[in-house]
Amino acid sequence: MHNDDDNPYDLLAQDQDEGHRWAFGTGFADPLAGLSQSVPPGLDAGALARWCLALGDDALIYSHRLQQWVTRLPELEEETAVANIALDLLGQARLLLSRAGGITGRTEDELAFFRDEKDFRNVRLAEHADRDFAELVVRMLIFSTWRLALFENLTTAPDPVLAAIAAKGVSELAYHRDYAARWVVRLGDGTELSHAKTQAALDALWPLVGELFRPDPDALATVDPGAFDAVIDTVLATAGLDRPTAAPLAGVGGRAGRDGVHTEAMGYILAELQSVARAHPYATW
Amino acid sequence: MTATQTSAYQVAASTPDPELPMLTIEDLGILRSVDDTTTGDDGPAVTVTITPTYSGCPALREITADVRARLTRAGFADVTVTAQLAPPWTTDWITAEGHRKLAANGIAPPAPAARRTGPIPLTLTAPPPVRCPRCGSADTRRTADFSATACKSLHRCNACDEPFEAVKPL
Repeated sequence: MHNDDDNPYDLLAQDQDEGHRWAFGTGFADPLAGLSQSVPPGLDAGALARWCLALGDDALIYSHRLQQWVTRLPELEEETAVANIALDLLGQARLLLSRAGGITGRTEDELAFFRDEKDFRNVRLAEHADRDFAELVVRMLIFSTWRLALFENLTTAPDPVLAAIAAKGVSELAYHRDYAARWVVRLGDGTELSHAKTQAALDALWPLVGELFRPDPDALATVDPGAFDAVIDTVLATAGLDRPTAAPLAGVGGRAGRDGVHTEAMGYILAELQSVARAHPYATW
Repeated sequence: MTATQTSAYQVAASTPDPELPMLTIEDLGILRSVDDTTTGDDGPAVTVTITPTYSGCPALREITADVRARLTRAGFADVTVTAQLAPPWTTDWITAEGHRKLAANGIAPPAPAARRTGPIPLTLTAPPPVRCPRCGSADTRRTADFSATACKSLHRCNACDEPFEAVKPL
């Protein structure tokens, strides 16, 4: 006899959890449900929450930027690639925001949809608007090389939840980095036009690299700049691209993304990301 | 059916994966444990522990609901489903039966995931070709690094000319 519950597609259409489906603030299962939210003794809970929030914001905002590319990419294969990479990062963001919110008493939705720009802690590289596909792949190379190195070092972090989130993300980020690196090589070592556009993308994005290595008192791991350079230089040498020498983009009074000081792009991102949740905070479907 | 006829483990293990419905969550290796040793007010209290494949895997929520619904229908009134992140899932957790079912459904099963110590090396060349699940030829080419779901890549066989998906080693 046919049983609807044996068909996962029928199940998707059924009401679960008291009739609520995925919408803001309702029926959105905590991705850390069932895990201990305690903070190991000796660890500063406030610092841990701020650090998880910073890493979660990097992923949330960068994921949103990648999602904006979907339906505008040059090939169907790149559509699925960028959408899947954005999905991986959104998953990392949910886990990290849940970890931060579990400590400070806020849900992942409150953190994503009901915080103001000055409270977002993402690096400014995450909010950059890619002007073309060359900027998309160069930015992905920089972001994923840095984040992969950071996550590899976080797998031994003193917080077991953060260490587990990092261990889960490492293999995802390695795949993102290799995808981006192969595209940078293909474009840099491609036609005169693709080379020029890729070099221009690198030059445009380079001022945002310095911020990735600013000291952070909350950080539970750091990235060795030499290890980052080794990966980037290998890709650039293979692609025939020149490493830029542009100075890092200055902050405001020494403050930058991690301090809630963002570029003009950030306000537009949040307007789009948060407008539906703020207009209909109790929406269900 | 009563709870004693089919064990809680068997019920939970038979839950299909929403994105690879030919596999159960047991085949996929995301069912970590089923504990029905404690007794609550409504009979045995069942705790099912599952693990996500990818951080952003949207199927986890549906799997949780499905596991709960199946156990409830089988007579287990007190069901808790929890997620476990560590150790992280890799494609090496897919069982031999899972590999067999994937291949039988035209999806190339994953090669063993690379095990390493130290930083993950950069790979600028395409990974080695995947054997065609239809004709068995090793003469295939990768057409995309990603497919309809995060866990798969797209390929085409040069021998039989058919496109196919493969589960990426992770």
